Amino acid sequence: MSHHIVEVKNLRHVYPDGTPALRDISFRITHGESVAIIGANGAGKSTLLLHLNGYLAPTSGEIRIGDFPMSKATLPDIRRTVGMVFQDPDDQLFMPTVYDDVAFGPMNLGMPGPDVEARVRDALQRVGAGHLQEKAPYHLSGGEKKRVAIATVLSMSPDILVMDEPTNGLDPFARRQLMGLLKDFHHTKIFTSHDLDMVLELCERTIILNEGAVKADGPTREIFRDEALLAGCRLEKPLSMQGCPVCGK
Amino acid sequence: MLSIDGVLLDFKRLDSLATGDSAIHRLDPRAKVLVTLVFIVTVVSFGRYELTAMVPFFIFPAVIIGLGNLPAGYIARKVALLCPFALIVAIFNPVFDREVLVQLGPLAVTGGWISCASIVVRAALTVGAAIILLAVTGFPAICRALERLGMPQAFAVQLLFLYRYIFVLTEEGGRVSRARALRSYGNRGLGMKAYGSLLGNLLLRTWLRAERIHMAMLARGFTGEFHTRREFRFGGRELVYFLGWSALFITLRLQNAPRLLGALVTGISR
Repeated sequence: MSHHIVEVKNLRHVYPDGTPALRDISFRITHGESVAIIGANGAGKSTLLLHLNGYLAPTSGEIRIGDFPMSKATLPDIRRTVGMVFQDPDDQLFMPTVYDDVAFGPMNLGMPGPDVEARVRDALQRVGAGHLQEKAPYHLSGGEKKRVAIATVLSMSPDILVMDEPTNGLDPFARRQLMGLLKDFHHTKIFTSHDLDMVLELCERTIILNEGAVKADGPTREIFRDEALLAGCRLEKPLSMQGCPVCGK
Repeated sequence: MLSIDGVLLDFKRLDSLATGDSAIHRLDPRAKVLVTLVFIVTVVSFGRYELTAMVPFFIFPAVIIGLGNLPAGYIARKVALLCPFALIVAIFNPVFDREVLVQLGPLAVTGGWISCASIVVRAALTVGAAIILLAVTGFPAICRALERLGMPQAFAVQLLFLYRYIFVLTEEGGRVSRARALRSYGNRGLGMKAYGSLLGNLLLRTWLRAERIHMAMLARGFTGEFHTRREFRFGGRELVYFLGWSALFITLRLQNAPRLLGALVTGISR
């Protein structure tokens, strides 16, 4: 299926105040790939993500998601195909209960009641949050919120999962739990993150953005070995690839 | 001291009461909303010198608190917190209305004092009923009930969002005000000026968050229509609940029960 392909060609974006955020970005992500988009603060990662589900329109260039070129007419299909998990789960969980939140997407797709229920149950089960379904979002812990936020997207059965800083603000246990969860997904995955150890574990490919342009695009391990490249982009080797802090080896 | 964090915790407690499971909790929210409305309307419709006739109405909060396993002390404290406001409204009545209505031995009770007490009792009853409704139903269910009863959906959605994000907003407000307090070293900081920019900051944050929420809604196929689960059932129990309470309230409104009781007792002793 060509469903799961993300293709970006010569994408440029200039904000209304004249700040260029993205300059000529091109890449192609194919079915089942797990790709990290990394870069310093302000490198354009979030702006890029917002293009992938059509929230921002390119100033010039082209985006294709699966079989659809991005346009106003294909927007509903694209939003169903691309599941977007935002950085702050409080932005994503806006309904009174977890159940209503996970059901929000399927209901907007116009599914009949029993189907919606099956999907909600399934999505919550997959993130291990079945017991939370009647809770209010503001009664959840950070890790629970994150998992429920992922369920809200999974219930729409997207082909491509896009996550902005998935491990941000989680304690080590919740982070580990989330990473285990994400490893089991067979979607095409696109993450942005500053958590380079997570990137090393979950993503076989990495794209480095620097000042709105693609600075490097290749296998994660190779990229993380290039210290000069990383330093030039205000990044550094993931801790697990650095020497032991005690013996230095 | 009344802190933003404290208010939030208190609010969360009220919210968690609504997750209880009692016969009252399980009733269809519409029945509870309607009964509360009838209660409030009948209480408010009493004449301004009416005091004793309102006393039997305390049976409604008492019964619901009992059946719904609500913490009575907590509810009473919430009501007591609002009573001073009613008192401010009523405080001038004794000054302006000096006509003596009741003579208790040497004590002459003027109409002003009676109407003042009447306002406070009325406030306690209506505020109490509203808080109890909130505690046995929960805000989202009340919104949905109102929507089913004919309130436009736009209002219902507004209220739901208000309720959802009031927690986030108070948390943010709490953080901002703590940051200010920690750097003003027990003084008043920069006074009102600091509060101006503090509120502006909060407004901007709210704005940005609203934009992000809208983004999250669009990402999940929002097209302007709000779909919610429809699982309400207005059955026999709801009907009995509604008709029973309404009949009681209306009877109590039309008949002065304490006076009847008094007449009965004095009639027998005579």
